[in-house]
Amino acid sequence: MDSVLLRALRHIGHRVIDGVWRLGYASRFFALVLLRSGPSFRRFPLTVREIYYAGVLSLIIILVSGLFVGMVLGLQGYDTLQRFGSEEAVGTLVALSLVRELGPVVAALLFASRAGSAMTAEIGLMKATEQITALDMMAIDPIARIVGPRFWAGVISMPLLAALFSAMGIFGGYLIAVVLLGVDAGAFWSQMQASVDLQEDVMNGVIKSIVFGVAVTAIALFEGYDAPPTAEGVSGATTRTVVTSSLAVLALDFVLTAFMFRGT
Amino acid sequence: MEAAITQNLVEVEDVEFRYDLRPVLKGIHMRFPRGKVLAIMGLSGCGKTTTLRLIAGQLKPTRGSVRIAGRPVHTLDQSELYTLRRRMGMLFQFGALFTDMSVYDNVAFQLREHTALPEAIVRDLVLMKLNAVGLRGAHRLMPSELSGGMARRVALARAIALDPMLIMYDEPFAGLDPISLGVIGNLIRRLNDALGATSIVVTHDVQESLKIVDYVYFMSEGVVVAQGTPDEIRASGEDYVRQFVHGQMDGPVPFHFAGRSYPSDLRLERALG
Repeated sequence: MDSVLLRALRHIGHRVIDGVWRLGYASRFFALVLLRSGPSFRRFPLTVREIYYAGVLSLIIILVSGLFVGMVLGLQGYDTLQRFGSEEAVGTLVALSLVRELGPVVAALLFASRAGSAMTAEIGLMKATEQITALDMMAIDPIARIVGPRFWAGVISMPLLAALFSAMGIFGGYLIAVVLLGVDAGAFWSQMQASVDLQEDVMNGVIKSIVFGVAVTAIALFEGYDAPPTAEGVSGATTRTVVTSSLAVLALDFVLTAFMFRGT
Repeated sequence: MEAAITQNLVEVEDVEFRYDLRPVLKGIHMRFPRGKVLAIMGLSGCGKTTTLRLIAGQLKPTRGSVRIAGRPVHTLDQSELYTLRRRMGMLFQFGALFTDMSVYDNVAFQLREHTALPEAIVRDLVLMKLNAVGLRGAHRLMPSELSGGMARRVALARAIALDPMLIMYDEPFAGLDPISLGVIGNLIRRLNDALGATSIVVTHDVQESLKIVDYVYFMSEGVVVAQGTPDEIRASGEDYVRQFVHGQMDGPVPFHFAGRSYPSDLRLERALG
């Protein structure tokens, strides 16, 4: 009985120590990425190339998803608001939902599964095929050459993708509410313009998407860099990237929303 | 004078290394004279790749010292180590070519990163290095279009891009066909002599490496068990060396993995009373 209890305690202890150790290692990795970003910026064409891979190639999934989310919001919003005779406010509902919440969050979740997993797999495979070690042996810092440009590409791409997601969502809401259901176009746009505040709504959404961009990209890069150099190792790291960054986005969204919440 | 110029480019002194608590190297001594090609041989897991990584500064010894050109590698900070590594080249087991770059860009990589040479000169240098390994005509290909032997040759051209003083080879013959094997072996010798460099070849390919090297260190279970010129190794009376060189099934390295006796595993003792 004692030995079962001891084994269980030892197991929990190991898991806690491993978790703390890994968190420390990840923090050190993140600090190194920031410290060595100078050389990454000096090689800005590399960052531009990574913006293409992480951002431009994610455009299709972001735009299509944004359109559908906006259309669903249009339908659901209209259905609810017409009960109170306020269907003209559907534009406001769609815009606020997207700009404050759904745009940054859903775009970050999509970014994690499309670009984050690709970053992890690419860096993991570079490690497995000794390309990272080869760089180090050539006296080229892999953090500055490989990780830095990808990190900044993610941080730059994320708010732009979130903005495009929201814009496309609003367009989707417009198609449903105005074109399909006959809400007055002037009321749709004017109510949206009057209700959406640049500072409180748009900027808070932008801040969220920047924070999500940092979190998702840092997790993806760390998982790739830390992946065991085997097929199973890379596959496991890719899965962890999607799971961890999705949970991180949702948790951070709650924290940020709590800070931004005015209660008025 | 930062460090006295000695006859030996690399000196490994009483080096001990452990992974966690498991000892991998148990106090080894090695000398790598300038201008020579030396091999470190032994079975998988004997510590030869760990020795190479210690020399390259990728690992730090638990005890002892590794010196390159008189400088203790294990005490250098990252910037000093990188300065030293600019004068070192390494060929990895499967080439480790950058898969998103062409053959040309792979070889030009270090020249572009570490020098401010105009692109026209970089081009000439890249084509010269590729010509030395016989692949000038393949400079537009991507790594995925190369055979294993060609990839190894491109990686060799990349490793010598900056005319290094020390070239390290990690299992350069692994998985090659007989022609590629001979080509790589020849290139290791010829390039070392042409550049006036020192080469360290970690391998378990006895026949090919004994043709090209000047001196051999044999390792087993973290210690150097034999050393000598290729002729001395071929004539060695040491059981371990003889088994290794002649590929004998049984010897100091047993054919059977340790376990219970064969009759007891088959339960013959009980059956026979």
